[in-house]
Amino acid sequence: MSASEFFHMGGYAVFVWSSYGIALVLLGWTFISPIFTKKSIIKELKMKYRQQARQQDGQRQESTQ
Amino acid sequence: MKLPAIVHKFSSPKNFYIMSGKMVPWFVWSFLLSLIFGLYYGFFVAPTDYQQGESYRIMFVHVPAAWMSMFIYMVMAVSGGVGLIWRIKTADLMASVSAPIGAAFTLLALITGSLWGKPMWGTYWVWDARLTSELILLFLYLGFIALQASIEDPRNAARAGAVLAIVGMVNIPIIHYSVEWWSTLHQGATVTKIDKPSIHIDMLIPLLVMAVSFKLYYAASVLMRARGEILRREQNSRWVKEVVENECK
Repeated sequence: MSASEFFHMGGYAVFVWSSYGIALVLLGWTFISPIFTKKSIIKELKMKYRQQARQQDGQRQESTQ
Repeated sequence: MKLPAIVHKFSSPKNFYIMSGKMVPWFVWSFLLSLIFGLYYGFFVAPTDYQQGESYRIMFVHVPAAWMSMFIYMVMAVSGGVGLIWRIKTADLMASVSAPIGAAFTLLALITGSLWGKPMWGTYWVWDARLTSELILLFLYLGFIALQASIEDPRNAARAGAVLAIVGMVNIPIIHYSVEWWSTLHQGATVTKIDKPSIHIDMLIPLLVMAVSFKLYYAASVLMRARGEILRREQNSRWVKEVVENECK
């Protein structure tokens, strides 16, 4: 079987390759998106914790003055 | 009925985060290996079908995707139910993060099915029982996602979602038996048929390998999703603070 025969898929190339292409896009996106989501959650929480720490410091200073 | 204390201990969010972190790489690598093997077998070893030609190779995605769409729904409904009864946070979490993956598989099953249907049946879509009930499954997933997104309080969101998922379970046997109960264009079961195997062994092997591969994919991606979401939900606990602070960058 030659490469062009393989990609031709017996005349069903459009249907076969678009099926696999859509599978790649859908499952690829479902797989990769949580990596970005997790990163942004961590970033968000880091900022939140820093802010909380700053507020606590401020309160501590106020009470000592 | 009370669950033993050990169940609660192991399903605690912190434990879940640690354990799942160790499991994810194993699932990812075994998924990739089985995917490569399944695709190789499906394209280069499996023979050409005498009726459908090469178009049937769509089935190596379509059938496992359709199985996953139902499997993930059942996982979602069962873990939602477990969360509802025993108030296990990680069970609620698994139900919520399963939904988008299940929806993706359902959509994939529908699209690949219609891409196969066009050359074989002569149409992208017919309103027959199998196709319609699978479409309803997609709407159930989307309904679940929308419902949970619309409720602010996570406990109430989990409860409402679980009830929807459990009620929607009625659709699963309808999908499965639709090809027997109604006269339909969709063909009946070939793999789970008991009397005689009606599929060539070299077509069956890649089909089953792809089904295993998709299960491993789900395991990896659902845990990855859950690990992000768990940090958000548990953001006020000390262990999350430690995790976040130890994360460089």
